[in-house]
Amino acid sequence: MSTALDDLFVKVRSENRAALIAYIPAGFPSKKACARAIAVLADAGVDAIEIGFPYSDPIMDGPTIQEAAEIAIKAGTNAADVLTALQTASDAGVAAVVMTYWNPVEKYGVDEFAKAIAAHGGSGVITPDLTIEESEHWLAATLTHAINPIYVVAPSTSDARLAQVAARTGGFVYAASVMGVTGARTTVSGDAAALVSRVRAVTSLPVCVGLGVSTREQAKSVAAYADGVIVGSAFIKILLTNEGEEIAMNALSLLAKELAAGVREGR
Amino acid sequence: MIIEVNEQVGHFGQFGGRFVPEALIGALNELEDAHNAAQKDPLFLAELTELHRTYTGRPSIITEAKRFAEYAGGARILLKREDLNHTGSHKINNVLGQALLAKRMGKKRIIAETGAGQHGVAAATAAALMGLECVVYMGEEDTRRQALNVARMKLLGAEVFPVTSGSRTLKDAINEAMRDWVTNVDTTHYMLGTVAGPHPFPTMVRDFHKIIGEESREQVLGLCGRLPDAVLACIGGGSNAIGIFHAFIPDEAVRLIGFEAGGDGLETGRHAATITGGSPGVLHGTRSYVLQDENGQTIESHSISAGLDYPGVGPEHAYLHTLGRAEYRAINDDAAMNAFALFCKTEGIIPAIETAHALAGAIIVGNELGSDALLLINLSGRGDKDVQTAASYFGIPL
Repeated sequence: MSTALDDLFVKVRSENRAALIAYIPAGFPSKKACARAIAVLADAGVDAIEIGFPYSDPIMDGPTIQEAAEIAIKAGTNAADVLTALQTASDAGVAAVVMTYWNPVEKYGVDEFAKAIAAHGGSGVITPDLTIEESEHWLAATLTHAINPIYVVAPSTSDARLAQVAARTGGFVYAASVMGVTGARTTVSGDAAALVSRVRAVTSLPVCVGLGVSTREQAKSVAAYADGVIVGSAFIKILLTNEGEEIAMNALSLLAKELAAGVREGR
Repeated sequence: MIIEVNEQVGHFGQFGGRFVPEALIGALNELEDAHNAAQKDPLFLAELTELHRTYTGRPSIITEAKRFAEYAGGARILLKREDLNHTGSHKINNVLGQALLAKRMGKKRIIAETGAGQHGVAAATAAALMGLECVVYMGEEDTRRQALNVARMKLLGAEVFPVTSGSRTLKDAINEAMRDWVTNVDTTHYMLGTVAGPHPFPTMVRDFHKIIGEESREQVLGLCGRLPDAVLACIGGGSNAIGIFHAFIPDEAVRLIGFEAGGDGLETGRHAATITGGSPGVLHGTRSYVLQDENGQTIESHSISAGLDYPGVGPEHAYLHTLGRAEYRAINDDAAMNAFALFCKTEGIIPAIETAHALAGAIIVGNELGSDALLLINLSGRGDKDVQTAASYFGIPL
């Protein structure tokens, strides 16, 4: 059985373009504004949305996402809010996944979490700090509930290990383009293209690139070789500005439209 | 019966393992290989032994605490004097080992996290000794509590980076060090200061500290002709405790007792007693006991002792707890400070406030076991760094 995410990549491949994937933490900038931001992103042409599970110790994230997570946690965001946001995204007609550090999943219950993702229209879960060695229980749960287990690989991942990780991945392989934490960068590392081509050598799964994309030009250049372009911090920066919700939502829509154009110009 | 601690590589029963970004797997494998090779390399072991003899001051001595023992049910109390090591605590054992490994791996830059500053000072010392660049991440809150140690690190040539995210304590310093490591892993070795974190850290750091137990087991046998009834240590992340426990694990008759920081009391929720007051979870790359809420968010820990103020604990301790091989109890701030004051006045030794938790534990255990008991305590650190905190606690004007 294919997920909405699997279907999305069939579609974008037939359109010979890359998908645009947005990241937003649940409960950020508030529970209500998060739902609105999801609708704005979907309307502006985003193909898939990753709902972040705000976590107290985000070791993969730079200052922007750390700040967003802290705001969401202070507002009392919990697993139920993450699932509600996931449903909101799915209802908006985009492929919806959750991105989460591992401990909240373990606390929720591994099997229960996979089940809840499926029940809220989710296609899968990105688990940036779950290694394949610790994945046995999780992989069984994702299989049972027919969702995609999505793993993140890095420029330092060896070819042999890329093959092992890809063999356990569903939906797409998340290629972290640089060695480092999340955050918008002025240039997307040259490592990204090399990493994508190394991943392609070991799997036919779609490969999406994240970490650092914030402009139409960057989206265009990444779309030339990747199946999807993931944007997080650039959207969050807009929502962190204090100029009022209307201005922020307009700016969010504008950037999403620019990036959506970018992912269609790459090839 | 001998308990086999390593069931599979990097795991202690259901605990341990690796929960890290894929970007770090290569570096962790490299470190694991370097450590395994070094443990079998007579040249490496000889170099480390010689450093310990001529620089650390090993073997550390045993002191009998006769006057303090009067308050502990008259039990015979022996102190393993890790406070007399160079830099004033057991932490030097680990950093010299890791600095030698860093050099073997060709890494010229060391990063470290620190809570009380003991590990930061030790890391800065090892880096100075071996000509390595050193950056220490320290919670902003801790840089205030431990200003003297910040100055010591700077004098030793390290850069101290105050961490302003989260609770601004040890856990956030570890987050920031992990972020640095993910970014600079090619050139940088992360000199983790305790027996937590992803494999191989819990095993490797324990291997560098187990000399504490090996030495003291021989020393106690030589002195008393028998093994101690109980071995006591304080526990934050658990490095000094695992160091002194490890050699005694096969000695089933020897009780191993770890004392966690009870802060304002377990019932208040303001404590750092991870095993006695927490639950199994994943934090900082390893599965162990964690202070966490119902959503799996880490709960901020509280303790008068910066070095014990951590919401996680080493996975080997979680395993020893599950097996029932070691016992873990909580000591509140006030009990630790009372023991601190008593120990200063009865033994002429100012202990670290971390260590005072084990001393408070000795008063309880000594009274439980009575005057025939023989207790071995890891006197893990000296209290010079804590004079300001203690003066403020006891109302001594500075």
